[in-house]
Amino acid sequence: MMTSGDFLFWVRGPAFQIATAIFAFGISWHLLEILSLGRKPDRSVPRGSRMLGGLRTIFSRSIADKSIFQSSAFTIVASYIFHLGFFIVLFLLVPHIMLFQALLGFGWAGLPTTLIDVITIITLLALLALLIHRLKNPVRRFLSTFEDYLAWTVTFLALLTGYLAYHHSIQPYSLVLGLHILSVEILMVVFPFTKLMHTFTFIIARWYIGANAGHRGIQL
Amino acid sequence: MSTASFERGYNAFKEQIDAPIAAYFSSCVRCGTCAEACLFFTETGDPKYTPIYKLEPLRKVWEQEYTLFGKLKSLLGLSKKLTDNELAEWQELIYGSCSMCGRCSMVCPVGNDLVYMIRKAREGMAAAGHAPPGIVAGTQRAITTGSATGVGLPTLQAQIRRTEREMGIKIPVDVQGTEYMALISAMEILNYPEYIGALSKIMARVGKTWTLSSEGFEATNAGVQIGVSEIAKELVMRIVNAAEKLQVKTVISPECGHAYNAIRWDGPNLVGRPFTFKVKHILELLDEWREQGLLKTEGFEQARMTFHDPCQLVRRGGVIKQPRNLLKMVATNFVEMEDHGKMNWCCAAGGGMGAQEEAEELRLKAFNRKKTQLDALKVDTLVTACANCRDYLEEGLEVYEIDMPVVGLTEMIADHLSE
Amino acid sequence: MSKHQTIAERLHSQGFSRRDFLKFCGMTATIMGLPPAIIPQIAKALEKTPRQSVIWLSFQECTGCTESLTRAHTPTIEGLIFDHISLDYHLTLQAAAGKAAELTRQQAMQDNKGNYLLIVDGSIPVGNPGYSTIAGRSNKDMLMEVAEGAKAILAVGSCAAFGGIPHAYPNPTGAVPVEELITDKPIINLPGCPPIPVAIAGVIAQIVTFGTLPELDSLKRPLSFYGQNIHDRCYRRPFYDKGLFAESFDDEGAKKGWCLYKLGCKGPVTYNACATTKWNAGVSFPIESGHGCLGCSEPNFWDAGSFYKALSVPTGDFAQTAGYALAAGAAVGVASGILNKMKKRDAIGNHETVTIDDLERK
Repeated sequence: MMTSGDFLFWVRGPAFQIATAIFAFGISWHLLEILSLGRKPDRSVPRGSRMLGGLRTIFSRSIADKSIFQSSAFTIVASYIFHLGFFIVLFLLVPHIMLFQALLGFGWAGLPTTLIDVITIITLLALLALLIHRLKNPVRRFLSTFEDYLAWTVTFLALLTGYLAYHHSIQPYSLVLGLHILSVEILMVVFPFTKLMHTFTFIIARWYIGANAGHRGIQL
Repeated sequence: MSTASFERGYNAFKEQIDAPIAAYFSSCVRCGTCAEACLFFTETGDPKYTPIYKLEPLRKVWEQEYTLFGKLKSLLGLSKKLTDNELAEWQELIYGSCSMCGRCSMVCPVGNDLVYMIRKAREGMAAAGHAPPGIVAGTQRAITTGSATGVGLPTLQAQIRRTEREMGIKIPVDVQGTEYMALISAMEILNYPEYIGALSKIMARVGKTWTLSSEGFEATNAGVQIGVSEIAKELVMRIVNAAEKLQVKTVISPECGHAYNAIRWDGPNLVGRPFTFKVKHILELLDEWREQGLLKTEGFEQARMTFHDPCQLVRRGGVIKQPRNLLKMVATNFVEMEDHGKMNWCCAAGGGMGAQEEAEELRLKAFNRKKTQLDALKVDTLVTACANCRDYLEEGLEVYEIDMPVVGLTEMIADHLSE
Repeated sequence: MSKHQTIAERLHSQGFSRRDFLKFCGMTATIMGLPPAIIPQIAKALEKTPRQSVIWLSFQECTGCTESLTRAHTPTIEGLIFDHISLDYHLTLQAAAGKAAELTRQQAMQDNKGNYLLIVDGSIPVGNPGYSTIAGRSNKDMLMEVAEGAKAILAVGSCAAFGGIPHAYPNPTGAVPVEELITDKPIINLPGCPPIPVAIAGVIAQIVTFGTLPELDSLKRPLSFYGQNIHDRCYRRPFYDKGLFAESFDDEGAKKGWCLYKLGCKGPVTYNACATTKWNAGVSFPIESGHGCLGCSEPNFWDAGSFYKALSVPTGDFAQTAGYALAAGAAVGVASGILNKMKKRDAIGNHETVTIDDLERK
């Protein structure tokens, strides 16, 4: 019989190796597949710098224009809360930092765990709100595919199990911690094959649109 | 005899897909923000007008042809192949409800350049024979008569003669070695020949040599609208050949934003080499001359007026501040619309929308957006810098029963030139 | 040694007063988590109960568990219990040796058939029986024989409960815990390396006083001692919540007594009473002494990754895995890219010039 300890050991050991392999493999495969398609050089005489335009847009596109903010306020605010919350939880919880330290060889300061806890609740609520909006808003419901709900589910579960683990809501702790790690592993496996890839590809996308605009001397 | 076919269209989709397209499709999170930026959605509330949804055929080709994962998915029967029926259905979305205004490209949070994608999708649609009849006819006229509206050289010559008569000046045609060669848009020849007069007046006043060419005068490019690069190239080549033959230094794009893009940004890429001459928009030049002190005006318009930014001129062309600088020279009561400059709303008639009879109802419905903007400002006069916008703005205002003159900016400047 | 003396009689004959006896009953109630009102009942029960016969079998073990119990200071409950149960067989503690010892065991098994308690420490090798024998008999044989007539079995220490260190990779002797061999008797696991003495004493006290077995968790551990999480009960927990961690064993954080999570403490996944009962008569416990919990009362603690790796860190070398996977993915990406380039070149090659005559279907 597999005890919760064995389970935790499995998710921390072999399962994490598999998930890491698929995650890293999928990402580098997809990124190279995208970039290797290449593009034609622009032969028109530039009015500005592609480089500056591209770099600027990678950052500037994070701020919504006033006019679109008015019409899409809910999506923008909820998405902002979710993304910020998710990154705070991912990168500023000390146990997570330990993981990055093991990978990168260096760590950084974390936030108090109780603060992370509050942020997790807010992030979960934002995700929930985004799901309800996706189900209710005609455009989002119309556009949504299985992939969108899958991506939502794996993200939500990763956060939820993390929350449950912190609160020891399922006993024994090794089981809930194992479930949390497992849900993250599922997220990692799903990641390269769904829209979750936007985590990386948005930089390429913004670069391209920004570089084109920069070439034409337009500040996006 | 060759004919349009699904296979040719599919092949064209394959030719068009590049790294940006792949990055854009990979990044879309189906947030639906682009819908809120599209006036065909905002004025109808119909989700099918969501810009990214209009690109579904192109997305399918990308996924199934250029991703291993997509190939695996179709191998396992998890995705459906693109069909000809689908393309026929999408004609309404790729042409019939998109003015290529590019507002969606401005708001996409992941940075997807949706209008860039539409432009490429049209290549596949046109090769498959799914371009709307109105645009097809316009494209054929552009090649055969020299202008999409079918008004060719004879009409232009008649307009030139009339302008010369009325204004008592000589309009140079086919003059070698001038500094500038001016282009005209078809809509100007047809509806707004005043532009030719205004231009002549300004050129005389600032003391620059210029000419028109009888071989390359039409600035708009139906090949770009319909999405056929070789036709677009042929049309650009007429201008390039004329400019090189006359050995001019700079070619002046007329007000039309689409025309400016076609020659300034798309042109060298269609031709496959940089030009031997510069291309400048008329407003760019006027603003330069203003700065240099060559362009001087007197008197002011008293009417409360606002400026309709032609989409292609601001978002895709980068001419934003120049019209404002020029307006301030001649208008005391100029106010901006709430969304202006690069976030302006389209007149709903660009990108070939105006050429499609079947799109007229939707186009006029979408004009409600412009009406709402104007209602909020309570202006007397609408100024713009695009003959196409101007024509359809006039039509829209008439349908919505608003009595408001629409004025071309270049003509307004010409009216105020100091003696 | 009279087998019919009750515990109370025994205490009395040894010079303990009635007051001492009630004090013992009070402590028994405390460790079992019972209210003081229950004390008279315990006293009543103990006064009438004959001393419990206990047979203690030691297999692949280090005697640490026995050490842990016997080194306890007197007078303690452990001491009292072990003085006053009838420990009929214990290799380390008994006076008898050789055949006499085995005879004692046989005798006790016969006299108390179905009623004696079997305590096991150490794991049982099921590979080659020769790895561990007593009086020429394999551990497994002896366990099976003694278990048959036992009322219940206490698997004391992580070796008996979960296989422990002998069971650790690569487990050369094929060591297994008691519960893998015995399935038809009540088994109580008292893991720990070693287990807390009071846990053993408490369970025996409960069996002796009430004749009942304690409530167990899914790993057959008594909930009264293993129901709580070290991390939840740890006096350093507030530092975890505040995000204050020792980064090394001799840094400022360590000196200030901050949380040892980053140094690999397994407190969050360990269920034991260390943080509350502590060790050496309540002096301290590992975390208080400045070292993270090893998780010794959890199954396979020896194989569950480094003692000094934080719990959130995967056990394997995932950085290397990520590196190889990135390279492999890149290779596939480039290969796919080459295929794509060829496909696109073909598409461009297949392009038929679109003229104005090709814009419609004919």
